[in-house]
Amino acid sequence: MADVILSAKNLVKRFPTGKANSFVNAVNGVDLEIKRGQVLGMVGESGSGKSTIGRTILRLTDPTSGQIHFDGKDITDLPSNKIRPLRKDMQMVFQDPWSALNPRMKIGDLIAEPLKIHYKMSRSECADRAEALAKRVSLSTDFLTRTPNALSGGQLQRVCIARAIATNPKLIILDEPTSSLDLSVRAGILELLQEIRDETQAGFLFISHDLGTIKLISDQIAVLYLGHIVEQLPKDKLFEDPSHPYSQALLSAHLPSDPNEKLNKLTLTGEIPSPIDLPSGCAFHTRCPVAVDDCQTSIPMSEKISNGHFASCSQIAHGNNIIQRADKI
Amino acid sequence: MSLLCVSDLKTHFIFRDIDNQLREAKALNNISLSLDAGRILGIVGETGAGKSLTAQSICGLLRPPAKIVGGTVQFDGQDLLTLSPDELNEIRGADIAMVVQNPRSSLDPLTRIGDQLVRIHQTHSGGPISVSQRKALEMMVAVGIPDPEQRQKAWPHELSGGMAQRVLIAMALMNEPKLLIADEPTTGLDVTVQAQILDLLKELVLQFNMASMIITHDLGIVAHYCDEVAVMFAGEIIEQGSVRDVFLNAAHPYTQSLLASTPERLSLGSKPQIGGQPPDLFNLPTGCLSQDRCAFVTDICKTTPPFKTIADGHSARCHHAKPKKAKTQKKGSRSDG
Repeated sequence: MADVILSAKNLVKRFPTGKANSFVNAVNGVDLEIKRGQVLGMVGESGSGKSTIGRTILRLTDPTSGQIHFDGKDITDLPSNKIRPLRKDMQMVFQDPWSALNPRMKIGDLIAEPLKIHYKMSRSECADRAEALAKRVSLSTDFLTRTPNALSGGQLQRVCIARAIATNPKLIILDEPTSSLDLSVRAGILELLQEIRDETQAGFLFISHDLGTIKLISDQIAVLYLGHIVEQLPKDKLFEDPSHPYSQALLSAHLPSDPNEKLNKLTLTGEIPSPIDLPSGCAFHTRCPVAVDDCQTSIPMSEKISNGHFASCSQIAHGNNIIQRADKI
Repeated sequence: MSLLCVSDLKTHFIFRDIDNQLREAKALNNISLSLDAGRILGIVGETGAGKSLTAQSICGLLRPPAKIVGGTVQFDGQDLLTLSPDELNEIRGADIAMVVQNPRSSLDPLTRIGDQLVRIHQTHSGGPISVSQRKALEMMVAVGIPDPEQRQKAWPHELSGGMAQRVLIAMALMNEPKLLIADEPTTGLDVTVQAQILDLLKELVLQFNMASMIITHDLGIVAHYCDEVAVMFAGEIIEQGSVRDVFLNAAHPYTQSLLASTPERLSLGSKPQIGGQPPDLFNLPTGCLSQDRCAFVTDICKTTPPFKTIADGHSARCHHAKPKKAKTQKKGSRSDG
């Protein structure tokens, strides 16, 4: 399909722990597709492999197995000198803008850096483009001659976004771009990202642990648990009718800012298990309120529920919606 | 009289800069709040608004150059600001307990967690070790630590973030405090664990009839776990009242724009209205502190706004705030007990 900019099939990433035959199983067989002009939101708790997926599909780390296709090309085994020219088409924005920017460089040079590397632009061309980019991200051009310490977190994140869009990329991966920012600043950044998505028609992978933010910006949402995508569904579906028990628990742990909105009182017990010793069978069975004996042994397959809505849980067929059950209790 | 009554508290940072000029950052200005037993007060605001500094000022945990330059902190009938360091030490950890943001760095890495719980009980209550040990086990059960007999021998590094936070809460409860201050208690935790910890806190506040103060920047936590809320901006409380009054009938433009910036409201099409930077604490503007960021600013905003009563128990520091007519008040908006 022409409008799929990135697809990953059965992506696996394991990190050695230093002990023999012991691995951190960060990503365990993930399939995903990002389309042009679409935002795929990825939500999950810490340790669920969100950031590792982001880094692996950009080939910042090499996958253990699986395939990655970018813009119709298989980039899974591409050597780094062949990857480098592709980098201008895939960009990343990180969580912490303070550590993502070189503190000794001027903002103007930071924004122009990708242009210098990929297009070998001259100094004056770079300066012109940097100014235009700064204006695009609503950053005062006075800052171009300053160093990062003169800017606030929100302004620095705008610099990072300007850098990311400098080369007109086809894919932008945003790894928790707003979680270190205050609420009011966050709103402005999200608005900017939506505008850029509409203008450039780039595909976005938006990684976040905050459901509210994910809801605002995504078209499609993937829910991650222990390196598995347990459910993938259109945005509105997640907030109305999630199928997987983990998605339901995640949704009920989300606290809306309206005190009138009723909370679903469904609190999971325990914490996410260690990715070194993955639970057998369904990875979620240790915390799942509707788990049956079978869940400990058989790995659930991803099943189609409706168009664009997939979930991996053997109990869905039995209609075990735990939120509805919790309401009855 | 309330258990905790802070009035006109002022905390400033006073120091000499590199040119030996005396500089003064007015970090907290005229903070007044009161809190009763069995109630949870949420303090919200953006970075640098003075939320944590308020808690530290109340507990006497300030370090130079921070200095309290005015006001009183009445707690349980005595003014904490007049006490000597030794007298304060007796209250802190006993009658006033604090749970901080980063649980792992707040635990002694070289002491087993059971011993840390026993130590805080011994320091304040004394008595036989066996009593303290029994108490430690009780508290570990109360905060939902599974298998407490085993876990009391665990080292802090063996605990997950959620478990470490539970230990910290257990530690805060060891001496049955009257006031529990939780500074961003769930910020480093995952959402499903956050729900567990907040449910636990709320349950314990009722069980032990404590007063509690939760400092957070997450409006969702305040909306669902607090009874009252104080909104801070640039070292001032700009609006306070019951959670329902403030969240549903926000009177201060800053509170309104803060609420409008939540992802839920944005997805309903509201536009973020807050722009610009918070004011320079070294050089506060005269009059309303949020005048540079406010859409409704007029000439009168150059003078200091008074606290206007909006409804019973709900007030806002804004010239343009208008009292609500009785009929627009939502049913049950006052949930005082």
